[in-house]
Amino acid sequence: MKYSRAVNDSSRASAIAFRDVHFSRGAQPVLRGFSLEIAAGDTLALVGRSGAGKSTILKLINRLLVPDSGEVIVESRPTQAWDPFELRRRAGYVMQEVGLFPHLTVEQNIATVPRLLGWESARVERRVTELLELVGLDAKDHANRRPDQLSGGQRQRVGVARALAADPPILLMDEPFGALDPVTRAEMHREFRRIQDRVRKTVVLVTHDMAEAFALATHVGVLSDGVLAVVGEPATVARSTDSRVRPLLDPLIEATAVLGTQR
Amino acid sequence: MRVLEFWRGHANEFLTLLGQHLLLVCASTFVAIALGVPIGILAARRPRIGAPVVWFANVVQTIPSLAMFGFLLPLPLVGGLGARVAIFVLILYALLPIVRTTTAGLRSIDRVLIEAGTAMGMKPGQLMRQVELPLALPSIVAGIRVAAVIGVGTATIAAAVGAGGLGEYIFRGLSMVDSTVILAGAIPSALLALTIDGALTLVERGLRDFSGARVRGLRVAAALMIVIALATAAALAISARTSTDVIRVGSKNFTEQIILGEIVAQTIETRTVRRVERRLNLGGTFICDRAIRSGDIDVYVEYTGTAQTAIFHQPADTDSRRVFDAVKARYAAGGLTLLDSLGFENTFAMLIRGEDARRLGLRTLSQAAAMAPSWLAGFGYEFLQRSDGYPGLTRTYGFHFARPPKAMDLSLIYRALAERQVDLIAGDATSGLIDVYGLTMLEDDRHYFPPYDAAVVARSSVLIAHPEVKDALASLSGRITVADMRRMNRAVDAEHRDAADVAREFVVGRNSQPRASSQ
Repeated sequence: MKYSRAVNDSSRASAIAFRDVHFSRGAQPVLRGFSLEIAAGDTLALVGRSGAGKSTILKLINRLLVPDSGEVIVESRPTQAWDPFELRRRAGYVMQEVGLFPHLTVEQNIATVPRLLGWESARVERRVTELLELVGLDAKDHANRRPDQLSGGQRQRVGVARALAADPPILLMDEPFGALDPVTRAEMHREFRRIQDRVRKTVVLVTHDMAEAFALATHVGVLSDGVLAVVGEPATVARSTDSRVRPLLDPLIEATAVLGTQR
Repeated sequence: MRVLEFWRGHANEFLTLLGQHLLLVCASTFVAIALGVPIGILAARRPRIGAPVVWFANVVQTIPSLAMFGFLLPLPLVGGLGARVAIFVLILYALLPIVRTTTAGLRSIDRVLIEAGTAMGMKPGQLMRQVELPLALPSIVAGIRVAAVIGVGTATIAAAVGAGGLGEYIFRGLSMVDSTVILAGAIPSALLALTIDGALTLVERGLRDFSGARVRGLRVAAALMIVIALATAAALAISARTSTDVIRVGSKNFTEQIILGEIVAQTIETRTVRRVERRLNLGGTFICDRAIRSGDIDVYVEYTGTAQTAIFHQPADTDSRRVFDAVKARYAAGGLTLLDSLGFENTFAMLIRGEDARRLGLRTLSQAAAMAPSWLAGFGYEFLQRSDGYPGLTRTYGFHFARPPKAMDLSLIYRALAERQVDLIAGDATSGLIDVYGLTMLEDDRHYFPPYDAAVVARSSVLIAHPEVKDALASLSGRITVADMRRMNRAVDAEHRDAADVAREFVVGRNSQPRASSQ
């Protein structure tokens, strides 16, 4: 399924495309004929229940997994035709657990991919300072800390900085703010929008939280039973009457209603 | 304290042994690291290959170290006496803890970190070097710590195969029944173990705090380890090249053998210009026999009856001349020469306390057999196994003990009898301790024990190449009486004198006497 603007606006190339992708984990089908196109520079949020196959979609994009049938196309090449290591270095990855290396400093963590790419150290250093600033951390204060000396929010900022380090065109985010408390999460949402305004990456973000999807994404897709139930701009999805989409929207409407009566 | 005095008196020797001990432990631990870490990585990555390796290392760990030395002595490349086989055995023992902790350290790494590294585009090797190994390092160091501490302990056993180290003092002390000498070896090896344990614990703690686990540091450490492993291998290869102009004198691991070894060594030294290398205190008949056949030693003193039964596996014979001729012929077939008897016989002596003998009126083994059901016997490991030992004794005299005999180290056996822990022992007829403890030797009235004439065995090739050595050795034939031997044994065992000094007095005293009989 394609979302309307990408279909109509032919001037914008699609950065990532899924064409009739089937994928099973053992005997358990996860994706059954999944299709999707994502335009460069868009932020697509995929929403679905736990176990709907959201993380699988991200792993198919950076070739941690390969489809059983169908194609995943990144920058007009199927993932199987990519050198997997090169592909992964062009797709920053942010996950809920962050996964910072505990034995390395903040600076060394952020420098991981640039060093894999063989950047010279002066360039790496400049880039680390720049990125820490971008994610709102003071470079002098934080560069030499270990991950266990950071708060949860700070760790997630470092995680984002690390994913952006080599300026990859694609950013994959797996429940990136799911482990944060609501106040920090709201702050991170603001930060993400600010950063995305500056860097304009093609972002694929998966979440089980429809509110987060609406807060961050230019487009929202709902995943159900291994296929895309609906995809479009947030306003379109919010009006959907699809029985697979309503259960995800209702809690939001209830919350708004409660707030409304209290006012 | 007497131990301090002992160290002061043996300062040079002590430092040499300590150095040997450290070298054994360090060399084996480094090689075990160089082998164990890659094996551990393999075991973590490919459990199907790794599981049998870990299983093998487990089995190795259960083999008693002395038995392991016995297995490996006759093998080419790793076998033979000295540091080579000792280091090989120590490596085998050090492997298991290192392989285990490497595997465990790698397996315990949070999957999220592996996924993060992979998703960032790390290749498997980069992931291993930059993420997995640094994170597993504290665990690996813990394994190295265990391996090194085990190594310090096992290295004391290495003295049994002539590798030196602090175990020399422990074995020497045991055979002299001198706790001062035992402690002179046991205390520093315990301190060494504690020091190594403490130092590596600090390293491990430092690594767990991630204070120093930089990737570059790891690379330097790995490089250093490889260099040291190579240097060790080179040193071993050099030491394996046997020099030919040195006569290597061996001996078994009890007092009489050490004295005889010294007498042989000093006789060669005083009568020829050959240099002598002492490889005394080797762990028993089997080890000495294998050593002389492989050329690790050139000469040692054997007993005819022992050679007949324990080495050549022939039925025991009671005629001393027949046994001597048979053994001499069999040695000759193996390129070894048995010289004429030194002049005394060291048969097994079945000993009881003197007071028991008087109280019960016991004089012979036949009489003693009646008392056996109420006695506990204490025998050395060798006596329990040898066909001319306990099994035949039971058949000949009908000994039936209430409880199975206690297996004891030879060095502890006399004291155990005197202190009433056991009631009957198999000792040596020439032991100085027989008089010291007032023990009574039961007469072998059915002539069960074969003759045990002491005689020099030497490699024939050495005797042919160096006729002066043959003359020197031949000069000892018929010159040592049972009384001489008991006196010298007593001087070392009871009077705590140095075996080399006691031997020197004998050699010098003999040389100053007119040598009527041999001229």
